[in-house]
Amino acid sequence: MRDLIEKLTPRYTLGNATYQRADLTFVDVTRDELRALLLELRDKEGFTHLVLLTAVDWIEEGKFQLTYMINNREADQTLGLRLYIDRNDAEGDTIHDIWPTAATYQRELREMFGIAFPGSPRVDEEFILEGWTDMPPYRRDFDTLAYSQQTYVEREGRETHDPRATMKHKMYPEG
Amino acid sequence: MFSFQPDRSQYPDVGPDGKFEIDLETGKFLKLWHGPNHPGITGNMSVELTVNGDEVVEGYTHVGYLHRGFEKLMERRTFIQVFPIVCRVCVPEPDFNEYCYAAAVEELAGIEVPEEANWIRTLILEMGRFNSYMMAMGGIAGALGNGVIGQWMTYVRDLMLDRFEELTGARIYHMFILPGGVRAGLPEGFEARMEEVLQTAERYLDDVEKVLFTNAVFKKRTKGVGYIDPKLFESYGVTGPNARAGGVAKDVRKDSPYLVYDQLSFEVPVEQDSDIWARSIVRYRDLRLTIDLIRQILAKMPKGGEVMTSLPNVLHWKIPRGETYIKGESSRGEYGYYLVTDGSGYPRRVNVRGPSYTHAMALLEHLIPGTNIADVAALMVSLHTYPPEIER
Repeated sequence: MRDLIEKLTPRYTLGNATYQRADLTFVDVTRDELRALLLELRDKEGFTHLVLLTAVDWIEEGKFQLTYMINNREADQTLGLRLYIDRNDAEGDTIHDIWPTAATYQRELREMFGIAFPGSPRVDEEFILEGWTDMPPYRRDFDTLAYSQQTYVEREGRETHDPRATMKHKMYPEG
Repeated sequence: MFSFQPDRSQYPDVGPDGKFEIDLETGKFLKLWHGPNHPGITGNMSVELTVNGDEVVEGYTHVGYLHRGFEKLMERRTFIQVFPIVCRVCVPEPDFNEYCYAAAVEELAGIEVPEEANWIRTLILEMGRFNSYMMAMGGIAGALGNGVIGQWMTYVRDLMLDRFEELTGARIYHMFILPGGVRAGLPEGFEARMEEVLQTAERYLDDVEKVLFTNAVFKKRTKGVGYIDPKLFESYGVTGPNARAGGVAKDVRKDSPYLVYDQLSFEVPVEQDSDIWARSIVRYRDLRLTIDLIRQILAKMPKGGEVMTSLPNVLHWKIPRGETYIKGESSRGEYGYYLVTDGSGYPRRVNVRGPSYTHAMALLEHLIPGTNIADVAALMVSLHTYPPEIER
């Protein structure tokens, strides 16, 4: 995989590369070059399989990391392209014309993270959440505990425990 | 043979966006909801069909009936607290979640797993595949009106659930594979009781072969129906038996061996026709292979050694910043976990890559137009999709 990264480096602005395993590499890419890079990897380097497309919320840094994971089945190599986008104005470029399945991933990212993908088919239609009006729930600042406390009523007579404290007590009863 | 050519003049016009302009007021078209409660549906999902006569003009998959927000919930739990909930992501074959999550944590935390634990993990995964294929065989037969096979398969699956209960203490969600190894070794006399189950399964599968694969109705309704062009496999992310039914001999167990698959000898079953028949027969042959693999594992595995490594204090377990992707070959195709850690005691992000995500959404929507209402159930079941892994 090092050879491939070295081969691409003169023509693309590739950032930090992580060689996680012999068959798994991650590399930072820029938004301008993403499309050209994906097309070259698919058509010339054999990375024909889109494994997944997802986002990671780095709220402290004000960024979303979009991970485009692609796979070369013949060479048994997986490459994760990391693209960092601004968290406040979250927008990505659609790749549904390269892999039709990407439309589903983009629809989910739109709903769960609030990342816009203009031009992606049915991207604004509800995917999993019906009638959701709160902030996109997979963002780190969406508090699931506060949401459930506001939305649902505690059933009377039901005892709840703090999971961390209970586990500590069970494992180390002596303290 | 009687052949019916649909009258395309009855079809709606195509609008500027490339989609049909369907006016329900004309009375030519009807909206039909196939699911979420329907015998031909593989779980909590539905397909919104637009039909013209009994021919389907377009179909859209709707999910969301089973969303539990697991990926978000995992971010609030410590690494060890996540392990009892990962198995619940996929109901009929939960063990892949346990393995992929455990292997991802082990890789990022630098934990070595004892050799015997790897063998037991492989055994568990194959037992899970056995159960999943039993449901698939019953499902495809049931969708085409042969309900008795569903009952036989459920019985045989129940026998395997007994072995699961004996080995792990639970029938459906085992919570047996955890970071560092597995919870216990094999019980005394387990191999003999497993052999009994496998022999019973083989007897029933012989009957299935006679009843299903020589059945004229089954042949007529599956051969040439639900064809997936192998050229579409890469663009639609088709993996597993669905791709192997179209001549693509790809299997993660063979191409990128994990656990102890490199020490087992097997050939991946492949068919060429890429229709419902081919997908059914590939699953049937893969089920036979699974029985063989379980026997091989029990014969070759070391016994009586360590099955769990010593872990750091799990209450204060922090994993350095990093990310990884672990994949395996489930009964539906490539199953994977993408785990991102940030140096804290909690995962930053867990993303589950289930094969049904691509098969039941983009692929199914692409295949549905032009089929008959009666074939939609068979088409869906032949793709072997599990909705829980779509919405997690």
